[in-house]
Amino acid sequence: MFDELLLTVLLTSIPLILAATGELVVERSGVLNLGVEGMMLMGAVAAFGAASLFGSPYIGILSGGVAGMFVAAIFSLFVLGLATNQVATGLALTIFGTGLSGLIGAPLVGQAIEGLPALHLPILSGLPFIGVFFQLDILAYGAIVIVGLTSFFLMRSRPGLILRSVGINHDSAHALGYNVLRVRLYAILFGGFMAGLAGAYLPLVLTPHWAEGMTAGRGWIALALVVFASWQPWRVTIGAVLFGGVTIMQLAGQARGWPIPAQFLSMLPYLATIIVLVTIASRGHIALGAPAHLGKSFFITR
Amino acid sequence: MFVLEPRASVPLSLTLLVPVIAIVLTLIIGGLIFGFLGYNPIEALYEFFVAPLSRPDQIGNLLVKACPLIIIGTGLVFCYRANVWNIGAEGQLILGAMGAGWLALSFPEVQSPFFLAVMAGAAMLAGGLWGAIPALLKVRFRTNEILVSLMLTYVAALFLDWIVRGPWRDPMSFGFPLTKTYPDAGLIPALILPGIGRLGQLHWGVIFAFLIAIGGWFYLSRMLAGFQIKLMGDAPRAGRFAGFSQAKTTFAVLMISGALAGLAGMIEVSANIGQLQPHISFGYGFTAIIVAFLARLNPLAVIVAGLVIALAELGGDTAQISMGIPKVVTGIFKGILLFMLLAGETLTRYRLVRVSGIAGQGAAKTSKGGKANV
Repeated sequence: MFDELLLTVLLTSIPLILAATGELVVERSGVLNLGVEGMMLMGAVAAFGAASLFGSPYIGILSGGVAGMFVAAIFSLFVLGLATNQVATGLALTIFGTGLSGLIGAPLVGQAIEGLPALHLPILSGLPFIGVFFQLDILAYGAIVIVGLTSFFLMRSRPGLILRSVGINHDSAHALGYNVLRVRLYAILFGGFMAGLAGAYLPLVLTPHWAEGMTAGRGWIALALVVFASWQPWRVTIGAVLFGGVTIMQLAGQARGWPIPAQFLSMLPYLATIIVLVTIASRGHIALGAPAHLGKSFFITR
Repeated sequence: MFVLEPRASVPLSLTLLVPVIAIVLTLIIGGLIFGFLGYNPIEALYEFFVAPLSRPDQIGNLLVKACPLIIIGTGLVFCYRANVWNIGAEGQLILGAMGAGWLALSFPEVQSPFFLAVMAGAAMLAGGLWGAIPALLKVRFRTNEILVSLMLTYVAALFLDWIVRGPWRDPMSFGFPLTKTYPDAGLIPALILPGIGRLGQLHWGVIFAFLIAIGGWFYLSRMLAGFQIKLMGDAPRAGRFAGFSQAKTTFAVLMISGALAGLAGMIEVSANIGQLQPHISFGYGFTAIIVAFLARLNPLAVIVAGLVIALAELGGDTAQISMGIPKVVTGIFKGILLFMLLAGETLTRYRLVRVSGIAGQGAAKTSKGGKANV
């Protein structure tokens, strides 16, 4: 029973980890992309469609990532090319992605696909308690690897240093000769790919069918997680598992007939996000580690 | 290589032309997407934007759909002008509907013609207070109002869901999640046009929507408080030197937009539904964000923008029935329109200038000193 619960918590947290890690890199480069929800939905519908068409969930994973990257490219065209307001452009991306995924997915409603198989690692998966950590699918293992690589890239590598410097002060980075817009473009595309993977995880692992708007606000929770993690990749993982836990608690509560209405338990992830935002923000802006130029547009001038 | 160069002045023709061009481009791109996905683009555009208006009563329905969009959009203009990003109007709408609903369900015998006004007041109070939460957290803890207002929308929706299934459910509803119907005094009457009679679902709330937009325009453009809101959005430093308070402005705009969203919720229920149910709004709180932008943050233009977007919404309904595609597909048009408007915003304020080779990467090194960077 405990094993099952822990496994569900882990599986619920994987899409949050993927999307939040991508958004974290985007924000570190100084861009706020509020379109995570839309990119995830595009990833979800592309993954479902491809998996259903080709009969392979692995092609589904790739299609999901590429679809997310594709809509992220639209976002970068406006935000970088035309220096539009990032908040409003991100909202436009979410609305557009929700609509387009609904249109693409309309003929897919009611179909079923073969999900990603769980890969049980030999020996390790048989261990008591921690065994469930080794009974996941390839995308879940991949998510943990990506978090590690992202952390290394951002904090220990030279390109990561450049990316962070662009987010802290784009004018100084520009003066040093770095191409601010190119760095941000790569970051946004990476963020889109990750959001697409996160979306792909939903139909490929969690619920093997397509439904319009099936992300159900996970993209927004991923955005909050980046703040919760104070822009540190490993903390995203911790936050995502905590959120997964809260979500599952509500299901467990329903199953065991806790005397709390299901709706109140469903509120927990959203309330938890607000509480986290308050506790983090009250620690002060500098301790937070927010990129100083987050959300500011960059203009090349003569 | 292109760079953006600020324009010395923006010609009026450009200001007026941008929304028109944006709408035309949206229709073209939207049509292309439908064509690409194997639908007939002409048929799709027809179903979305022409078919909804093929009957006269549909004009009334268009106004009814535009009503909440205009009211909420006006409130959001206040927020966005002040550079405060309220995207939780949907939740404020729900709280407003519940505030008014509590009165209507608690006093079923009331017959006073003023009851509607009292309900409207309760709705504005409830919506305004729900909007005050992100304001309080932003001012006190510097939290991000985008995330807080959005999270509160989910909380509000779940709260409504619980209350209509639990404490407020009509025991005679055969298990359906519905409250009792409101008393007649709590219902907004249909608007009877002289010589025409009823026009679709047209009701009195629509008149108030127009009045609110006009009032909002007057407040923002003709009164000191409105100037303060715009100043704190455009130049907060200058505003502080002038003695205006950032905190008060944040509270004011979030409570105004919350109150208006709440009012829209009350009108929606009292005019169209007559009782509370789990879903009372078709995402009007989110759609109104586009309305505010299409109107270029001008409350008078919100009326036109509200009607344009309402047409797309109505089109979503027709297309759902005739083409069998989900209602969210309207989002394609709404999203592209917002993209185009934002691009237009940049191109009215800046000019795309072609520069030879040295811009971009090289510019910082080759041009004279610190002038290269702003």
